[in-house]
Amino acid sequence: MNLLHYWRAMWGIIWRELWRFVTQRERFISALVRPLVWLFVFAAGFRAALGLAITPPYETYILYEVYITPGLIGMIQLFNGMQSSLSMVYDREMGSMRILMVCPLPRWFLLLSKLLAGTGVSILQAYAFLTIAWFYDIQAPWQGYLWVAPALMLVGLMLGALGLLLSSFIKQLENFAGVMNFVIFPMFFMSTALYPLWKIKESSALLHNLAQYNPFSQAVELIRFALYGQFNQAAFIYTFVAFIVFMAAAIIGYNPSKGMMMKKGGA
Amino acid sequence: MNSSIALSIEDLSFSYGGKKALDQVNFKIQPGECTILLGPNGAGKSTLFSLITRLYDTREGRIELCGFDVKQQTRKALEKLGVVFQQTTLDMDLTVMQNLRYHTALHGMGSKLATQRIQQELERLNMYERRFEKVRQLNGGHRRRVEIARALLHKPSLLLLDEPTVGLDVPSRQSIVEYVHQLAVGEKLAVLWASHLIDEIYPGDHLIVLHKGQVKANGTVDEVLKMANAPTIKDAFNTLTQGEQA
Repeated sequence: MNLLHYWRAMWGIIWRELWRFVTQRERFISALVRPLVWLFVFAAGFRAALGLAITPPYETYILYEVYITPGLIGMIQLFNGMQSSLSMVYDREMGSMRILMVCPLPRWFLLLSKLLAGTGVSILQAYAFLTIAWFYDIQAPWQGYLWVAPALMLVGLMLGALGLLLSSFIKQLENFAGVMNFVIFPMFFMSTALYPLWKIKESSALLHNLAQYNPFSQAVELIRFALYGQFNQAAFIYTFVAFIVFMAAAIIGYNPSKGMMMKKGGA
Repeated sequence: MNSSIALSIEDLSFSYGGKKALDQVNFKIQPGECTILLGPNGAGKSTLFSLITRLYDTREGRIELCGFDVKQQTRKALEKLGVVFQQTTLDMDLTVMQNLRYHTALHGMGSKLATQRIQQELERLNMYERRFEKVRQLNGGHRRRVEIARALLHKPSLLLLDEPTVGLDVPSRQSIVEYVHQLAVGEKLAVLWASHLIDEIYPGDHLIVLHKGQVKANGTVDEVLKMANAPTIKDAFNTLTQGEQA
């Protein structure tokens, strides 16, 4: 095993993704506009309607904008994971995926490198959002901005792995709209991104259960606690296990012997 | 090289569901040999390429690349392989140089060696001056040249080309056909070229006619003509494929 080969290939894949991100300004701006609209418009409107009790990690009453911020960071990473998935389907349709798949390295490693590249991009977006939020007076303790980095890494990997898994099932680019309707929206709305669990329980026990076991809820809670310098062990374990499961399934999906490639007719 | 045979295909069969795409395919390619895989649409050429490149799994039969079993020793086999796919696989938003750098990184080449190899291959194809241009700005023929240069960067022993001249104008086609034939002889490179264009075949080429997943003829151009009892390759092809369009 030539470690240098692995390192060079991984760096090549990450560099390509970062370069594409930097040169596609509209992608960067649109990734920020979505959560900012939620923060400036939606949250401002809901501020008066929603009363939030003091729950960990918060030690005092908070504004709704403060509550929603970790959920919006999760939203950035969720959309980024799905965007990576979309680009995998696009690359497969356009053929450039083949170049990656015929290079002499294990597929799991190539997929992991793709995932790391996408996660790196989503972390940059999340910090850009946090910077704007800071000027909007949504300020976490300074150490929270450091603690949130590993949380963003794990959440980005988990959501990216989910995107990879989905991309192994999606036959054509046109089918991607279904992902929006059946994955992104339910994951986001049935989570603690917008309302705390106890608030959801007040309206529906079923919705409460769905939100509690939704991996995106756990990911948002991991970010929320990390942003206030606290470690949410349960959320960490849940997110980590979800990452392993999604990643393993994605690797099987891209394995020529076992996965969906045969049924789809190509990489 | 681990073997004197660049590519060996033994008893290879493949089905999509119940439909047989390849049926007991057997052939070998030697280094320095330009082999044209001729067949009409749906003959099984692209399926064969997907199996050689391990995009599909080999379930029946065996493929060896320079002595390495593609299924068992995938990475060693893929190290020996350069591929030009039918569809363009370049990143349109990156420059020629960036696309080639990406490829050298995937093959684990260091910066100095990569720079040197990129220069060598682009100069041979008269594309070095255009290395900082975005691929989107190049015409179809020049994109193909870049793809051929890319496939050769890691010095493969076998070059696969899946209908690389489709959609190109006549001068671009001729220049690519000539360049690849020169490479085979000059670099002792084994070439497997899938095509349905008869004028791309040179008299000294090794010819394989594939039809409905079966090898209908395998030999030098003269041998195939003799076998089909036909005066031209076009007639031989018509006889062997019962008149289907190439």
